[in-house]
Amino acid sequence: MRRTTTKRTLALTATALMGLGLAACGGSGDTGTPDAGELTSGPITIWYSNNQQEVAWGEDMVAAWNEANPDQEITAQEIPAGTSSEEVIAAAITAGNAPCIVMNTAPVAVPQFQQMGGLVPLDTFEDGAEYIESRSGEVAEQYKSADGQYYQLPWKSNPVVLYYNKDMFTEAGLDPENPPLGTQDELLETSRTLVESGAAEYAMWPSPAGEFFQSWFDFYPFYAAATGGTQLVEEGEATFNSEEGTAVAEMWRTMYEEGLSSQEAYTGDSFVDKKAAIAISGPWAIPVYGDKVNWGTAPVPGLEEGAETSTFSDAKNMAIYSACDNKQTAWEVMKFATSEDQDRALLEATGQMPIRQDLTGSYPDYFEANPAYVEFADQASRAVEVPNVPNSVEVWQTFRDAWGSSVIFGNESIDDAFSGAAEEINTLVSE
Amino acid sequence: MTTDSTVGKRRDPGPTPDPAPRRRTKLLGRQPLGLAFSAPYVIFILAVLAYPLGYAVYISFHDFFFTAPGVAVERPFVGLQNYIQVLSDPDVGRSFLNIGVFLIINVPLTVALSLILANALNRVTRLRTFFRVSYYVPYVTASVAVVGVWLFLFSQNGLINSLLGSLAPDPSWLVNSTLAMPTVALYVTWKQLGFFILLYLAALQNIPEELYESASVDGAGKIRQFFSITVPGVRSASVLVTLLATITGANLFTEPYLLTGGGGPDGASTSPVFLMYQEGILQGNPDTAAALGVILVLGVLVIALIQRRLVGGKED
Repeated sequence: MRRTTTKRTLALTATALMGLGLAACGGSGDTGTPDAGELTSGPITIWYSNNQQEVAWGEDMVAAWNEANPDQEITAQEIPAGTSSEEVIAAAITAGNAPCIVMNTAPVAVPQFQQMGGLVPLDTFEDGAEYIESRSGEVAEQYKSADGQYYQLPWKSNPVVLYYNKDMFTEAGLDPENPPLGTQDELLETSRTLVESGAAEYAMWPSPAGEFFQSWFDFYPFYAAATGGTQLVEEGEATFNSEEGTAVAEMWRTMYEEGLSSQEAYTGDSFVDKKAAIAISGPWAIPVYGDKVNWGTAPVPGLEEGAETSTFSDAKNMAIYSACDNKQTAWEVMKFATSEDQDRALLEATGQMPIRQDLTGSYPDYFEANPAYVEFADQASRAVEVPNVPNSVEVWQTFRDAWGSSVIFGNESIDDAFSGAAEEINTLVSE
Repeated sequence: MTTDSTVGKRRDPGPTPDPAPRRRTKLLGRQPLGLAFSAPYVIFILAVLAYPLGYAVYISFHDFFFTAPGVAVERPFVGLQNYIQVLSDPDVGRSFLNIGVFLIINVPLTVALSLILANALNRVTRLRTFFRVSYYVPYVTASVAVVGVWLFLFSQNGLINSLLGSLAPDPSWLVNSTLAMPTVALYVTWKQLGFFILLYLAALQNIPEELYESASVDGAGKIRQFFSITVPGVRSASVLVTLLATITGANLFTEPYLLTGGGGPDGASTSPVFLMYQEGILQGNPDTAAALGVILVLGVLVIALIQRRLVGGKED
């Protein structure tokens, strides 16, 4: 009997232990004060994106720096693989082994990294704020944290636009050179024409998945366009539970209801595979689409025709992490990597837009030689970033859940879903 | 004849035993070397499972978030606040309901199919290795790769719907609130079947062939033999299979993450572990994630206890 009890106890203990894998992910229980540290110079490590073109640019940039600064050498590597870059960076912050600079820090993760004590405020450096504001102009304001400091250097944006398949438009009897995509109503009509004519299986096929960031590629660009650049949250209040927000949601609801967009995720690239006639992407997609599709671009439409629209920026920024020993060097490297010459090199290598004032005026020869990118440069100056607010990821997840429930699957009314989400988000950003 | 009788005499107690070895035996057992052999695994369990489990319980009672080393933050004790927050979240309630649906389909199906297939495989004489490998391949193949096949099969324009024609469900399997979780349950059953078949195959080797012969002589058919000899004969394996299927099922994560686009449609296939990932890893709220984890563990323990009572039978 006793043996049975012991055996059972052991079995149950093992069960308990096996079941709690995810609940316990270490953490730091250390005490002490966050220390900006002495601003020393010396060797540093950096991580950059694993995007092929960015790696090429990064290698050249590092080689140029190391040649000129042998006593402050950069050791660079691609960001380690993980489910997402943000998870890898958060784990590195917790473990205390984050590099000095991560060159693809997502703005949405900055509030969390900041709360973790993982980031160095760039205002710590004598010319920190001044450099950021002189390079990026008014756009820089969006990247300021709630405490009024910069924890990220706005680096490059990927303003999203509509890519459309000219061949499908022609097949549907639409003018491919002047596509009827001027307003959201026009887009809806065009979508109906594309699908009803049989030219396309779906008009647009954004991912319907529930991940928090997916709303950046369906709702947010259209909302930015409809409102002239309003962020999801402004002055501590959710803004989307409004006439414009509801109008955008209703347009998408119609898309799903009428089968113009799919409720199922597509495993490949629906635009390249010619399953959808219109895609929502940034300039990074130009080399991807290349000659595979006969494509054109159009700005994301607003509610009214002729208005100068905004879109989502999809920026990636640079930040200095608190585990860095030589922060002064890290700051000098950031300035070097965002200098006019390096921004040109980045633009030429990747087609992504440096967040720099007067982009077309700074590199006129590039845009003359690459007219496909002019549209993006124009949008970059009006691109809207995710709001830099506490619980940023949770805010977006709350919105995504409401979007999925009401717009994609129609299980709830848009009004109910949006007002519930807005209330929840107002609480989250006030914490 | 003289005999030495001890009757009526007191036994010589001999020299008084040294209490030190007795204490040592009490402390280290009769085979102290065994401790040395088991120490590496015990240390592994303590470091990799027991410590994190204890730490998770600690986190769940505090206002906790991860920080960089050296950052001083207050992590006050908050009592049951995290648990209350978790239990009052409708998404959590729904995820437990989803996992309940999953377990109701997955566990009995796993036990029944793996036992039947193991029994069949045990009797197959030709191509035995081929069949065993065929069943085992899905288990050892990465979910990411296999999920692609299931997406191809169960998507709107997939093979299954093509075969079903007008009988295909609308909305399709993976975006249908009613069918998404059963589809995930079927997928997991299929994927893990190879492992459980292996457990049953091992158990089947312990049933003496004579029992079948006697039963046959007594006139029992194959079905009667299966229920009267095989099923009771592999009872201990059935307990194990039921427990393991329940534990792995309750910890479901990869499949809703990959197959239904993050617990879709509209949360219909969200699992508690998926919510823990969202809360703890993505959103930086390890305290509520840990509370959810503790609740999940307790739930699994209760189910495991009930199952042991029901399936374990006379073994207890």
